[in-house]
Amino acid sequence: MTTIAARATALTKVYGKGDAEVRALDGVSLEIGSGEFTAVMGPSGSGKSTLMHCLAALDTVSSGEIHIGDTNIAGLSDKKLTELRRDDIGFVFQSFNLVPTLSAQENILLPLSIAGRQPEAEWFDTVIEAVGLRDRLGHRPSEMSGGQQQRVACARALMSRPSIVFADEPTGNLDSTSGAEVLGFLQRSVRDFGQTIVMVTHDPVAASYTDRVVFLADGRLVDELHAPTADSVLERMSQIQLRHNRQGPVEFQDAALAGEPES
Amino acid sequence: MLKVTWRNLFARKIRLVLSGFAIVIGVAFVAGSLVFTDTMSKSFDDIIKGGTSDVTVRPAGQDNWSGDSALIDTRAIPARTLQSLESVPGAARVDGTVSSQSLFVIGTNGKVVGGTGAPTLSFNYNDAPSITGKPSVLISQGHAPHGAHQVALDPTTVDKAGYALGDTVQMISSGDRPHVTAKLVGIGQFGGGGLAGASLVLFDTHTAQQLFFGGRDVYSSVALTAQDGVSQQQLAHEASEKLPSGLEAVTGDVVAKETQDQIATVLNFLNIFLLVFAAIALVVGTFLIINTFSILVAQRSRELALLRALGAARRQVTRSVLLEALVVGFIGSTLGLLGGFGLAAALKAVFATFGLDLSATALVFSARTVVVSYLVGLLVTMFAAYLPARRAASIAPVAAMRDDIALPESSIRRRLVVAGVLGVIGIGLMAGGLAGSGGSGAALVGVGVFAILISVALMSPVLGRPVLRALGVVYRRAYGTVGSLATENSLRNPRRTAATASALMIGMALVTTMSVLGASVNKSIDVSVKKEFTADYLVSNAIGQPFSTKIAEQVRDTDGVAKVAQLQWLSAKVDGQSLNLTASDPGELRSIFDVPARSGTMDVRDGQIALSGDAAKKLHAGVGDTISMAFPTGTQKAQVVGVFTSSNVLGSSLVPFSTVERARLPRFDSSVAVNADSPADVAAVGNRLDALTQDVPTVTVQSQQEFSDAQRAGVDQLLYLIYALLGLAIIIAVLGIINTLALSVIERTREVGLLRAVGLSRRQLRRMVRLESIAIAVLGAVLGVVMGLVFGVVLQRAVADQGITELAVPGLQLVVFIVLAAVVGVLAAVLPARRAAKLNVLRAITTE
Ligand SMILES: Nc1ncnc2c1ncn2[C@@H]1O[C@H](COP(=O)(O)OP(=O)(O)OP(=O)(O)O)[C@@H](O)[C@H]1O
Ligand SMILES: [Mg+2]
Repeated sequence: MTTIAARATALTKVYGKGDAEVRALDGVSLEIGSGEFTAVMGPSGSGKSTLMHCLAALDTVSSGEIHIGDTNIAGLSDKKLTELRRDDIGFVFQSFNLVPTLSAQENILLPLSIAGRQPEAEWFDTVIEAVGLRDRLGHRPSEMSGGQQQRVACARALMSRPSIVFADEPTGNLDSTSGAEVLGFLQRSVRDFGQTIVMVTHDPVAASYTDRVVFLADGRLVDELHAPTADSVLERMSQIQLRHNRQGPVEFQDAALAGEPES
Repeated sequence: MLKVTWRNLFARKIRLVLSGFAIVIGVAFVAGSLVFTDTMSKSFDDIIKGGTSDVTVRPAGQDNWSGDSALIDTRAIPARTLQSLESVPGAARVDGTVSSQSLFVIGTNGKVVGGTGAPTLSFNYNDAPSITGKPSVLISQGHAPHGAHQVALDPTTVDKAGYALGDTVQMISSGDRPHVTAKLVGIGQFGGGGLAGASLVLFDTHTAQQLFFGGRDVYSSVALTAQDGVSQQQLAHEASEKLPSGLEAVTGDVVAKETQDQIATVLNFLNIFLLVFAAIALVVGTFLIINTFSILVAQRSRELALLRALGAARRQVTRSVLLEALVVGFIGSTLGLLGGFGLAAALKAVFATFGLDLSATALVFSARTVVVSYLVGLLVTMFAAYLPARRAASIAPVAAMRDDIALPESSIRRRLVVAGVLGVIGIGLMAGGLAGSGGSGAALVGVGVFAILISVALMSPVLGRPVLRALGVVYRRAYGTVGSLATENSLRNPRRTAATASALMIGMALVTTMSVLGASVNKSIDVSVKKEFTADYLVSNAIGQPFSTKIAEQVRDTDGVAKVAQLQWLSAKVDGQSLNLTASDPGELRSIFDVPARSGTMDVRDGQIALSGDAAKKLHAGVGDTISMAFPTGTQKAQVVGVFTSSNVLGSSLVPFSTVERARLPRFDSSVAVNADSPADVAAVGNRLDALTQDVPTVTVQSQQEFSDAQRAGVDQLLYLIYALLGLAIIIAVLGIINTLALSVIERTREVGLLRAVGLSRRQLRRMVRLESIAIAVLGAVLGVVMGLVFGVVLQRAVADQGITELAVPGLQLVVFIVLAAVVGVLAAVLPARRAAKLNVLRAITTE
């Protein structure tokens, strides 16, 4: 059996008050197994980013509990949360992932060096080999393509061997080739190194790299799919879309609906 | 466009407040200097007008000599002249004035009241009116003094001395019977209001004559008051008909003008002195404003590009930025004007502690002050905003579509060329100024120094790199990643870092220059005192006033005293130039001091003089020549018999005492040098001399060490005053660092969020900002100290032949400056660092 890398229980996140109240997350319970590659999908505004931010201890929740490993992150001090993010969590954002003044190598080692830890040379080599950036290590972000930058960000997320990596639309800004490079790397790190990854995406093709897809709509978990393929994901999305059209307007992004890779 | 401007102003109020503050300080300095000097000259005007009579009769030729405290004019007007003046047509009244500045009040604590500051003025009391129509002196409490044992004083002196009406007042004069006592029977004041810190002592006429003219019935001058309808000129004309030769009748307006002119030179000097610091503050402030507007424009570049894309003309973009500057400049100038008022009040208080009490005059706020303040404030702001505004306008509209916008920057090469040209001009000006002399020379040197500093500021993005890199190595060693992040941040915008550091550099360069010069002056004093002041003790007057020769007689009678040399300082005019004379007995003098003649002899006899090399050159006189020395009392010839190397003991010349007698000037001593019998006796002799002079508080006994300490204390005091004024420029520079950091933190919000997201703690983040701040501050300090060292050494070399012979580099002090700069960096980072640490991680990442 797999151990649990992260667990959310009855997660609620409310923005605003009164009339302006938005329930971005509305009773989400979710378990992320260790060594699992999970995709989070859903229409725009369904709460995917909010969920990621809460799970990654970047944001506070209105109610419910979050565990990273065995740690309940509720009530942790800012210092402890910072250490948790530094040592146990990796994060890849959609864009602006790198510190512009640091080289690729320095960016990759940033969480480690912040903690004052030495990188394991072997692991470093493995990761660099996996992202295929050996000849780019001395370059600054401004001297790299978007795909290379995202791979550097992925390498950074893996470098400290965190118990879980969150990626919010890591391929959102990339063309299909660069996107495939990044996704392939994420997939390999799960398969080969047993890394746990949670990734938000709109792209059924991207979702097909994962082991499991969970679907969010209006802040609720509405569906789940194991061993997804691009077609099966697309089909589920249409179903959810239909169900919601009866209740209210929910839109998937056009590109995603059409099943085309984003460009 | 106007709407956009206003929106921007409000959206960026904190940043603008910070840059506006630079204007506030600069303008406050300008306004404060003007208000203060206006107030001071008004105060003196009141005093002068309130104390000058319609027509003054006085010994002729005095106007050339007044204000020369080394001279005591013993010429007096006999009582019969006074009587004959009473019949002058048009004279309402005639009052003889007996005045002196040689008497001092001693407080209940045994110390002299007043001291080195403003003089103590002694008069015979009468109620004669001044040109204002009011009496020159008013008795406000008690009554006018009558008889030998009564005196009236001004209220401030009474307060300072601790006396009350009815007390016995102790006074001391430079006469043969130095101790004077009298009962305090009245409190009186000048009709013109205050005294600017001077002390006023009033006796009746007979007592004053006893004290100052040895009891002869004579007067220092005569005050004539005109009848109604008679003009000053008429009265002066009528009076001069009755005067014997050697006396002149001068109108009150002329006398007042003469006095005002003398004071004006001092006031002008003070005004220029203060305005120089205002200029420094403004130049530093200009850097801050240029930087602030550059950063603001950089941050708004996308918006500006959008405006351009939407059809705004270049000119409109420039104008929108300049309009912002105009508003900032206007508000800053207004606040600065108010601040200037406060500063003037503070200056008034500071000068009061130095003895220049202006409390009787309210601050003078003239229209000129207002106009100058606004003009300076607005021009400086507009100038500082113009460069960034022009850059803003050259943003291409297409930039709005791009992700990362780099503002077009002028090429670094062009900048270096401009810097080079400016530097060469600066060096030229400095060299020219050093070769020249007087005020214009000093001004040239000042402008040259500024040009060089600006040139270095322009080059500092290049010059600063190695300093920042070196600091980076230290940072990385000590703080690892946080250190290298801070270093990289300081290097990512070299111009911004350099401009911020340059503001500090200017202040630091000037402070360092002053400290090198100060240390050199002090060392030169030490060396020359050791070499030249070979006396064991020096008896002198703390206030620089001469004292009775009786003291020297007593010193000669003291046990253990082997050698005594008396010195009296005078001044004479030779070919219209003033020459300082030291009168002494050459034999006695040379038994204590070693002043060899370079040519001829130092053994001056009756009718002879020895000149210093400088004086000989100035007067184009050599051994064998005869020069003619003019004293207020007459002219005498002297033959030059020797020329000596410049000497601090003798000053410009040596004459025998007979010169004083022939000039019909009184014999006093300015200084008495004493050598003990044997080295073993030195301490004992010192004690005996102390005991001897104990009840003459105006006279002090100093050992060699004490003498040089006293000289150095004067230098140090001036240095501290200059440091305090330069401190304001440094405060502006610190504001600049705060501003740059705050703006950088805002600019790097997403990056800060990212760093926090990957695990940088608040503490580490604060440290990162702090280290960047220290890097900027240390860069400024290092550049400044290096520049200051260069200036200091060059200036010392340039004035080496004017007595500053030694070069001293206060190494420890310079290190302290750099350490202080680092501390300043830490302080400047407090707010920006707190702001960065407070950023919500998530919101920071998601900001646009
Ligand atoms: N800071 C906030 N204040 C108020 N409402 C917010 C805030 N952040 C998110 N929301 C709201 O919460 C809901 C969920 O937002 P979230 O960003 O999680 O959506 P998402 O699924 O990531 O959408 P997308 O696919 O467009 O990125 C939305 O309705 C959004 O408007
Ligand atoms: Mg999202």
